[in-house]
This record gives sequence, C-alpha cells and structure tokens, in this order.
Amino acid sequence: MTTTKRTAKGTNPKRPTRFGNRQQLQQLLAFAGLVVIFGFFSLASPYFLDWANVKGILLATAVTGIMALGATFVIATGGIDLSVGTGMTLCSVMTGVFLANLGLPLVVGVLGGLAVGALIGLLNGLNVSYLRLPPFIATLAMMMVAQGLSLVISGTKPIYFSDVAGFDQLAAGELIPGLPNAVLIFFVAAAIAAVVLSKTLTGRYALSIGSNEEATAISGVDVRRWKVVIYVVAGLFTGLAGVVMASRLNSAQPGLGLGYELEAIAAVVIGGTSLRGGKATILGTVIGALIMATLTNGLRIMSIPQEWQKVAVGIVIVLAVYADILRRGKDA
Amino acid sequence: MSESPALLSATGVSKSFPGVLALDDVHLDLRHGEVLALVGENGAGKSTFMNLFSGVLQPDAGTMELEGVPMSPAGPRQANELGISVIHQEFHLMPDLTVAQNIFIGREPRRAALIRDDVLERRAAVLFDRLGIPLDPRQPVSHLSVAGQQMVEIAKALSFDARVLIMDEPTAALTETEVATLFRIVRDFVSPRTGVIYVSHRMDEVKEISDRITVLRDGRYVDTLPTAQTATREVIAAMVGRQLETDVRPEPVAPDAAERDVVLSVRGLSTRKLLKDVSFDLHRGEILGFAGLMGAGRTEVARAIIGADRSTGVVEVNGRPVSVRNPADAVRHGIGYLSEDRKRYGLLLDQDVVRNVMLSSLPGMTRAGFVRDTDGHRVATEMVDRLAIRTPSVTQTTKNLSGGNQQKVVLAKWLVRDCDVLIVDEPTRGIDVGAKDEIYGLLTSLAAQGKSIIVISSELPEVLRLADRIVVMCEGRVTGTLANADATQHDIMELATRFGADHLITTGDAE
Repeated sequence: MTTTKRTAKGTNPKRPTRFGNRQQLQQLLAFAGLVVIFGFFSLASPYFLDWANVKGILLATAVTGIMALGATFVIATGGIDLSVGTGMTLCSVMTGVFLANLGLPLVVGVLGGLAVGALIGLLNGLNVSYLRLPPFIATLAMMMVAQGLSLVISGTKPIYFSDVAGFDQLAAGELIPGLPNAVLIFFVAAAIAAVVLSKTLTGRYALSIGSNEEATAISGVDVRRWKVVIYVVAGLFTGLAGVVMASRLNSAQPGLGLGYELEAIAAVVIGGTSLRGGKATILGTVIGALIMATLTNGLRIMSIPQEWQKVAVGIVIVLAVYADILRRGKDA
Repeated sequence: MSESPALLSATGVSKSFPGVLALDDVHLDLRHGEVLALVGENGAGKSTFMNLFSGVLQPDAGTMELEGVPMSPAGPRQANELGISVIHQEFHLMPDLTVAQNIFIGREPRRAALIRDDVLERRAAVLFDRLGIPLDPRQPVSHLSVAGQQMVEIAKALSFDARVLIMDEPTAALTETEVATLFRIVRDFVSPRTGVIYVSHRMDEVKEISDRITVLRDGRYVDTLPTAQTATREVIAAMVGRQLETDVRPEPVAPDAAERDVVLSVRGLSTRKLLKDVSFDLHRGEILGFAGLMGAGRTEVARAIIGADRSTGVVEVNGRPVSVRNPADAVRHGIGYLSEDRKRYGLLLDQDVVRNVMLSSLPGMTRAGFVRDTDGHRVATEMVDRLAIRTPSVTQTTKNLSGGNQQKVVLAKWLVRDCDVLIVDEPTRGIDVGAKDEIYGLLTSLAAQGKSIIVISSELPEVLRLADRIVVMCEGRVTGTLANADATQHDIMELATRFGADHLITTGDAE
C-alpha cells in the first residue's frame, strides 16, 4: 500500500479499474508473451508447429504445470513450497510401492499416491502453522526428507510398472483422440484449481492471508487451520503430479525431482502471481507453465545447447517479472 | 437508572505483560444509548482495555459484563457474535481483496462450497446505502485512499449486528468532512439498545461526540466526567496528572524572518499527478507550516523536494539551484525528511538507538571501511541528552520506546547528519498529549538554533502553535501564505477549501 492521498473525497466509485479488469490484463500480458514466443519459433523452425511437437510441449507442461497449480496456492499466501519437486518423486515411488510391489488395485494405488501428497502437504502446513517455521525452511526440510525417503524406500533403484496393466495409459492414453491423458488431466486439474482459488473459502483465505495475515486473523478467520488446508491442497497437486509422472515414465525414478520445484515456482511467477502473496491466478500459472515448456522446446528445435536454454529461461523470468512490476507501477 | 445493568461494564480488570502492568484494577461502565469517550496518554492502557473487550486479549483478573451477564470473549469472532464490534486504530484490511470481500471476510455466503460474490456485493451495497458511504463494493481496497480504507473498516464493524461499537482513534486519517460523516454514522448507530466507546486523542472530537469521558492514566482508572460540564483543560489535566498550556501561539520567534537568508527556495514545483506550480521560500531559523486537507499535496511537496517523486520546477538551496534526483541527493544538500509513518520510513524498529542515530551518517563514522561503533555510541549519547530522549540506554531497541521518543530518535538521526533543513511530516501523529508538547518545544528550539523547519500537519492548532508562517494548499496548489499573527483556523480552512474548477468535476464524478 502506498501513502498516496490523491482523491480528496477519499473514494471514487467510478474509477474504471476494477478487480476483474486488472487480473484480466495481467493474464493478457502473459498470454501475449506466449503468442510472441510461439510466433517466433514457428518462423524460426518449420517443425515447431507440427502437432507432434506441440503435443510434446503440452506433455512437457503437464507435470510441472500440475505442480505449479499447487504451488500457486501456497505462493498466494505469501509462502513458498520447495518440496513439490522431490515430494512429487516420493509420491511416484509410493505409487510404485502400492502398485508394483504390493500389487494393490490401480485405483487404490493412484489414490494412495495422492494421499502421500496430501500427507506431505499436511506436514508442511502443520510445521508452518503450528510450529511457526518460515515456509521456506519448513518446505526446504521437507524437500530433503522427501528426497531421502524416496531413495530409502526404493533402495535407490527405479520401480517399474511393466506388470501393472493399464498404468501407463493413465498418462499416455488418449481419452480425447490426439490429446494425451496427461495433458487432459493437467487441464482438468487447472479448471478445478481455478474454481477452488476464486470461488471457495480455501482460495479466498489463501489470497486473504497473503494480502494481510494479521487482518485475516483479526477478522475471525482461523488462519492456522486454513493454512494447513492450503498446504494440503498444494500437496494433493504434488501427489497428482507424482502419479502422472510415474505413468508417463512407466516407472518411479527416485533420483528425479530436484529442481522441478524451481521450474514450478518460475511458472507461477511468470504467470503474474506475486511472491509477496495476495495476488494469484490459475490461468496465469497455466500460461506460465506453457511459456516455460515452449521456450525449452523451441530452443531445442533450434539446436541451441541445453546449457544456453537455461540462460534463456532465466532471462525470460526476469523480463516477465519486470514487465509485471512496470505495469503495477503504473496504476499504483 | 442505577438498578438496570449497564450495557457493557468492566470491574477490577487487570492485565500484565512481561515486565509491565498494563491495566491495574480498572473499571468502566457503558450505559445504554451513550457515547463514552475513553481518553488517556499513550501507554495509559486504552488499547489493552479495548483488546480485552474485543477478545484479542484475556484479562488476568476482574470481570466484564454485557447487559449484566458475565462475558469473556475468547477471540475477535466471539466478541462479534456477542455484539461487540471494534474498529482498531491500525487498519486490518486485505488490500488485494475487494471492498465487499473485506467486509464479509470469514462470513462468506456459499452455495455448495462456492462463494456467492454477487450476494456479497449486494449486501455490501445495501450496507453502504444505509450508512451513506460512497464506496464501490467491487473495488480492491488497495485502490482506496487512507480515508476510504477507514470507511471500509467502519462499514465492516457496522456490518455485524453490533450493540457495542468500540472505535480506537477512528479519525486519524479523515478530513473534516469525513469526520462529519463518521459522527453522523455514530449518532445514527446509537439507540436505547446500543452504545459506543470512543477512544481518541483529539479533545475537540471527544467534546463533540461523547456524553461522558472516562480517563485512564498509567494503566489506572482516574475518573469519569460528564462531557457537557467539563472543560477540555480539566480532561487533559486528568490525563497527564498536571495542568498543560493549550492554545499557545509561538512567540514571535523570528519576527525578522523575512530579512534572513533564504535557505530553501522552491519555484514552480509540479508533478504529473498532483502538484501545480508550488512556490515558497524557507528562511533560516524559520518554522514554515504546511496546512491543507488530506490529499491537498503537502506530503507530495516534501516528496518532490527530496527527490522521492519525479517533478519539474526549481529548487534552490542557499541560493544555488540544485538537482535532487533521490533522497540521497537531498541529504547531501542538507535536507532531511521525517515521514508521517515513522515506523515504516523513519526507524529500524528492531535495532537500537545507536544504530538508528548513526544510519544516515555511517560514511563519516568509519575507519578503513569498518564502522566505528564507539563514535555512534558517543553521538547517540549526546543526542539522548540534547533531545531528552527517555530510554534506559542507547542500546535499547527502538521499538520499545514510546512514540514521542521514537520521533526524537528520528530527529536525532537527521541532526547527526547535520541537516539544515528538516521537513517534518505530521510530527505528533500517534504521540500523546504530554509528549506532543515536548516535540513542539524541541522543534522551536531547533529553529532558534538556526535550523529551518517545514512542518506538515493536519491539526490546525499544531500548525498555529508552531509555525511562523503558514502555507495553505488545496488540490496541489498553494492557495495562500499567511503570517501566523494574522492567521485563524477559519482563515486556513477557507484557503484549504478553495477548490478550483477541475475539482468540481472530480467531486461530481465521485457522487
């Protein structure tokens, strides 16, 4: 908040900028960025617009995208979740334990994977809310614990789902012809996340806590309890990402996962969500995740070495967030 | 009357914090249909008392009763449900949420787990209609002015079916018109089944709105006085435990001010947003007051001069034009700015007096790149003496000091930096009556020592008390400059409300 005191009347109801417009503009900007990147690569490479390639981009978006959806809720509260990457791996491994090792039914295994995610979120939430650990520390610890547990439980070896009939179809199958289920799951998850963020108490209180935690508490909202709920929601998305990842690879790779959390956070930030909390949109996160995947894909098609791809992504993050700051500066 | 229980009462209430007895055997009776003012200096225990009623804190001893029934709210929510609504001094708003979402936070109407924002907005609109507040329920709170935000707080408190409304310094951010609106709302609210506890520093407001006045001092109950039969002087005496001079005018400190050197000269200062052609001169040893309504642009003038906001126009220091692109430039030219929000822009609250006092002068207190803390210690000790800063030691953390002493620490910081021009924005905001006097005395003596001071204040008596000359602003323009001897509150208000043509358009828009 600024100390500007412009209007002598105090309020001016006819001011044109309404909440909706502002957020729409934010998404429009990210979307325009996506279109520009898309346009650039399709001119640069004839293969880029190939459906097979676009499908590849969407597939690459799916897992980080789902993680980013969960991370959006935590970031909306002004927190951060560093455990989504290795947490996702732990969920993959546990799904492997349930399905491949214990031979439980497919549905039970998948729900079990989600439950592990929820449990990770629950522990994060309890640590943040009741032990009052800073989210950075609580989820950093969880990141390490999850990584370690994944390796211990799997005996550091991948768990393969070759004997679990139909598990790979979860991600690779095409309920809608031409569209891999992993992508479909991402889009459905995004739709659900959007409703939860904008239309339920969980989402409203996440934004409210991020906006002013103390005020939310004074208003009679049980902030500690709702924070736990919010971290559990984030954990559910981590679990979903773990299941989808396992299905895509048809195996649980315990060594994977580290670094994914930063990609997820980058997607959220590119989408215009403020790390200070209070401002977040799911559509922005989806676009942010798409931008990340498109960029990596396009640069690869242009045969730019992987090392330089990282540099490019870093620059895009700076540009995206700076654009957001400029825009915000104007109407502040 | 005495047989029927009071609307809200507290008996023998005590509350202590580690090392401090904040409330000691305090009592209070709020009758049906009255506005009870609660006054006392900072640290008298008013806020603690309010926090007991609102359930934020629980008393260590004593009882509270609502309509004769004992109550002990465990939290703000429960107090609301009992019919007690509190407007806190600090805003408790979520800037990113809309006005309607803020008001009904924690009480969202839902259908099948989904929040009905349309219902929320309709309820808010009905509420604003009833209260006569021109707010748009769908506007995000971050777009509102401070006064607008205060109105949201008030609307939120009244959105509960409250029987007791407790207001803690509700007018700190309001202009006179808005205060009038607030008082109308308070009067509308009061009925034979309701009552208001009104906490304030401002005696004129207490006089106008309250029926009785309860005075606290140092955590103890002093007296309850009928407003109509009590002179302001007596109330203040009860608060501070001694008689205080009020309505003082400055001695003609600088009758020859006009002949003295011009230290700071501003010509044609304009900003894209607000300021239009602001010009004035500040003489050596002079206190120049800036008066005006909220939004008139007084703070903006200060921000433009110190380079915090971009502006056009000429600023001359000691007769030489200077280019001030940022506050560091301003400090180099000897201009120090004391923000109205000292906790946010004036102090490192978690650090001690030494660190704060040294902050702006660090480069001069180093040897081979290492900070010489002994220098800071010595300088801070000097300043504590010179400004009579009441602190157990110079290594005390500044957040533990009272508002008045914090303000002195900020002053000390600029004095150590050898600033000749001090711009002081709302120097006594949130500072209690006794300490105000001290700050006034300090500013006056600094001026007598040759410092040139600009005082920006919303309190007319303060401006009249301090300033040799008064610049009055309205809508970013200077509408007049008065010599203190000629000025009356009436004159200043007349100039402060001299709106130009384009204002009529804006107000037309707003209504």
